[in-house]
Amino acid sequence: MTIFTDLTLLAMRDGLAARDFTARELVGAHVTAVEAARPLNAFIVETPEIALAAADAADAALANGSAGLLAGIPVGIKDLFCTKGVQTTAASAILKGFTPRYESTVTARLFDAGAAMLGKLNLDEFAMGSSNETSAFGPVISPWRALGSQAPLVPGGSSGGSSAAVAARLCAAATGTDTGGSIRQPAAFTGIAGIKPTYGRCSRWGIIAFASSLDQAGVMARTVADCALMLEAMAGYDPKDSTSLNAPVPAYAKALSGSLKGKRIGIPREYRMDGMDSAVDALWQQGIAWARDAGAEIVDVSLPHTGEALPTYYIVAPAEASSNLARYDGVRYGMRVAPDGGTLNDMYEATRAAGFGHEVKRRIMIGTYVLSAGYYDAYYLKAQKVRALIAQDFEHAWESCDLLLTPTAPTAAFGLGAKMADPIAMYLNDVFTVPASLAGLPAMSIPAGLDPDGLPLGLQIIGRPLDEQGVLNASYALEQAAGFVAAPTRWW
Amino acid sequence: MPGPYTDGHAGTYIIEGRTGPWELVIGLEVHAQVTSRAKLFSGSATDFGSEPNSQVSFVDAAMPGMLPVLNGECVRQAVRTGLALGAQINRWSRFDRKNYFYADLPQGYQISQYQHPIVGEGEIEIELEDGTRHTVGIERIHLEQDAGKSIHDLSPVFSYVDLNRSGVALMEIVSKPDMRSPAEAAAYVASLRAILRAIGSCDGNMQEGSMRADVNVSVRRPGTKFGTRCEIKNVNSIRFIQQAIAYEARRQVAILEEGGTIRQETRLFDPDKGETRSLRSKEDAHDYRYFPEPDLLPLELTEDFIAQCKASLPELPGAKRARFEAELGLSPYLSGVLTADADSSRWFETLLAETADRQGKPQRDVAEKAANWMTGELFGALNRLDLAIAESPVTPAQGAELLALVADGTLSGPLAKQVFEIMLETREDPGVIAEERGLKQVSDTGALERTIGDVMAANPDKVADYRGGKDKLFGFFVGQVMKASGGKANPAVVNALLKKALG
Repeated sequence: MTIFTDLTLLAMRDGLAARDFTARELVGAHVTAVEAARPLNAFIVETPEIALAAADAADAALANGSAGLLAGIPVGIKDLFCTKGVQTTAASAILKGFTPRYESTVTARLFDAGAAMLGKLNLDEFAMGSSNETSAFGPVISPWRALGSQAPLVPGGSSGGSSAAVAARLCAAATGTDTGGSIRQPAAFTGIAGIKPTYGRCSRWGIIAFASSLDQAGVMARTVADCALMLEAMAGYDPKDSTSLNAPVPAYAKALSGSLKGKRIGIPREYRMDGMDSAVDALWQQGIAWARDAGAEIVDVSLPHTGEALPTYYIVAPAEASSNLARYDGVRYGMRVAPDGGTLNDMYEATRAAGFGHEVKRRIMIGTYVLSAGYYDAYYLKAQKVRALIAQDFEHAWESCDLLLTPTAPTAAFGLGAKMADPIAMYLNDVFTVPASLAGLPAMSIPAGLDPDGLPLGLQIIGRPLDEQGVLNASYALEQAAGFVAAPTRWW
Repeated sequence: MPGPYTDGHAGTYIIEGRTGPWELVIGLEVHAQVTSRAKLFSGSATDFGSEPNSQVSFVDAAMPGMLPVLNGECVRQAVRTGLALGAQINRWSRFDRKNYFYADLPQGYQISQYQHPIVGEGEIEIELEDGTRHTVGIERIHLEQDAGKSIHDLSPVFSYVDLNRSGVALMEIVSKPDMRSPAEAAAYVASLRAILRAIGSCDGNMQEGSMRADVNVSVRRPGTKFGTRCEIKNVNSIRFIQQAIAYEARRQVAILEEGGTIRQETRLFDPDKGETRSLRSKEDAHDYRYFPEPDLLPLELTEDFIAQCKASLPELPGAKRARFEAELGLSPYLSGVLTADADSSRWFETLLAETADRQGKPQRDVAEKAANWMTGELFGALNRLDLAIAESPVTPAQGAELLALVADGTLSGPLAKQVFEIMLETREDPGVIAEERGLKQVSDTGALERTIGDVMAANPDKVADYRGGKDKLFGFFVGQVMKASGGKANPAVVNALLKKALG
């Protein structure tokens, strides 16, 4: 008997096309799985009626030959994407109960392709976090557990609901967003694949903004091929987003190739950090060997400003966030706290004090500070200059290689609460993912192995601007070599 | 930028204080609403006077996830304005966010151009009432979005917010501190308004808020460096600008003469009291935390685009005025009046073309008559009726017909005035009015000869006196004939016939 929830997205598509099963059966099985997995807290809102209606529409379309690319595929949507008629909160109390009257471009494209939305996925509040512990709706619990342990682990962040849901087989794929690693790091933590395309590949229209110059939508799924198909449906130019790229979107899935013959893969020496987790280092060496076996030429490259990436990111991103989040003021929508007899400023203060969580407040304060008169030059302007140097590092690297191979995160998933008291330790999770974000490059994490505790580790492929195909192909090659089949054992 | 005092300002306005003379230094930041059906970054309409919050898109209300998209028409109008002011057009410009919290600023920031405006330095020629002209420098023009409107008087406990204006495109036109008197500031705004209206980049309607000014005023001893300035925000008429400057200058002089110092601050003008009052001091000034708008790409203009903007510019008021003087032979006064605003010059040029056409004469030959009629009769009537030229009940074609009826003798001057009054009321064509109401001048010699015969028969003694050498009695006969004809007789024909009849 087919276990619907274990199928890859491509297998679901094939099965639906062959009419081996109906979309209603497929989606129904996932609706049941979602309901059963509430202990994970992966969903903020479940939308079984929307999913089943989409399934019925897909069955009709499959019957009459008008089915789209993702007809009847059960997906989860990170709750940073505005969905028409469905509560959208960015996991913030300040937006509790907010229901958009518009559909984000990315979700509109997915739904046009026939995808069935199971619900809105939990995340770090306003996508600020690396563990999904800053959500106003409570943390997401990873479906994974260390060998011999019952201790809850984080699913990574900020797309922690997405990573947990895909890893726990609650949906075939999920949307994520990645500002400094928010797709790749949770993918690595939960043993799934995740791609952040080139900045501008997917429209940001209708995605609640965190840091506009870095935010980029992407995909999380269990295989590289599944990611390729989802990305194909999501990506593309959107005149409503001035920063979206007007470039054709290739049929990624069809063009997927596991051969790395003729490809030069760069290994950035600055990513070898002191005190690096030995399992992570070992996996990286293994990855290099796999790439070489697949026909790639391995090249030693230097990205000299790597060490500056994290501090640069933690100036640029909060600066933009401090401005982007100014609109949550209690005036037009969302939470309003208006003290009796208070002034407009009192309302702002009370609303934002009650509506924003600790980490969001921290970043708004950092961002406000670095943009302030007298500090702007020393922080924001300097960070922009360093950002340009980081981008230049990559451009130089592309002279001697086509792709870069690095670890995704410095460690495997950690325990719930382990790093909440130490923001710097938390920020270090993004040390390998942030540089590609600052440079706007496409990057993907694939599950490549387990650490001694039985927890997944990821490898990251970074590519040239708009070379998602190259990134997907190299990831595909490594995926085949790694043969990663581990899955969390169901405890929920 | 403190500079040496140079006297180039005819009629310089000096305040004679107790301790000596004081000179004013004035700079203006004019906010002009760009003529565009849609807002600067959204497709919402921009009509004035619509129901509150009826012209608000998701972008204008700063809903989560919304993004601005630059309206090309607003860019085009800003570039045309820059070109009309002979200004530098910046091929590369950029939008910045100006961050501050206010209830009618939905995003919590205004998208503006802070460091890299679309238009750089230019200049504008102004003329004072005494006819002296000089040049005021333009520092820059940048594009920015307007805020909404807070309404505080609808409820004792709540303020209301109308977002119809939120996101409307404004050009901020910043002058250099080149003006030295309220009259110069007024002339500057009038010239600027005439240019904007002529090229159609702003309707210049100050009552509706399409144009308003922030006025920077300081005083100094003539020839010394600039004093500390105060900025008077949002003044919305030329008269108020003059009043605000005059008041503010006196206020500053009074402080300085008491040995005080001027605090740099933002002030408001109260038109009812004719005073300015403090809004906030420099210490309380917002820290706007400007930074480049990450939702928009830098704005890059092609030479082609700029050339197209240039080609689309009509003749500008200054050039038109020079042409009226040189080609039409009009006096500087008439040329100035007729080019003071785009509606007037447009009306005049239509009138002139139709007049020349009807009379089969070159425009130069009929220009002065047309100009005199328009600035005298028509403007007088409109003034009386409190109507703008664009609302004139008489069309240029009707005006041309009236002038033609005078030129060909159908109407005398006094008859023309009568017909014109009826035109204003009924909007009918002058020919129809003259015909139907029998107001045509009588040039029919048979009818007039009979009237002359009657007059002579009734006044035999006067005929005898005239024939006896009392030439002055000729005027008496003309008057009697005109009276008998009800004022409709053609005086030239009457003269000729009378001369013959009286021998």
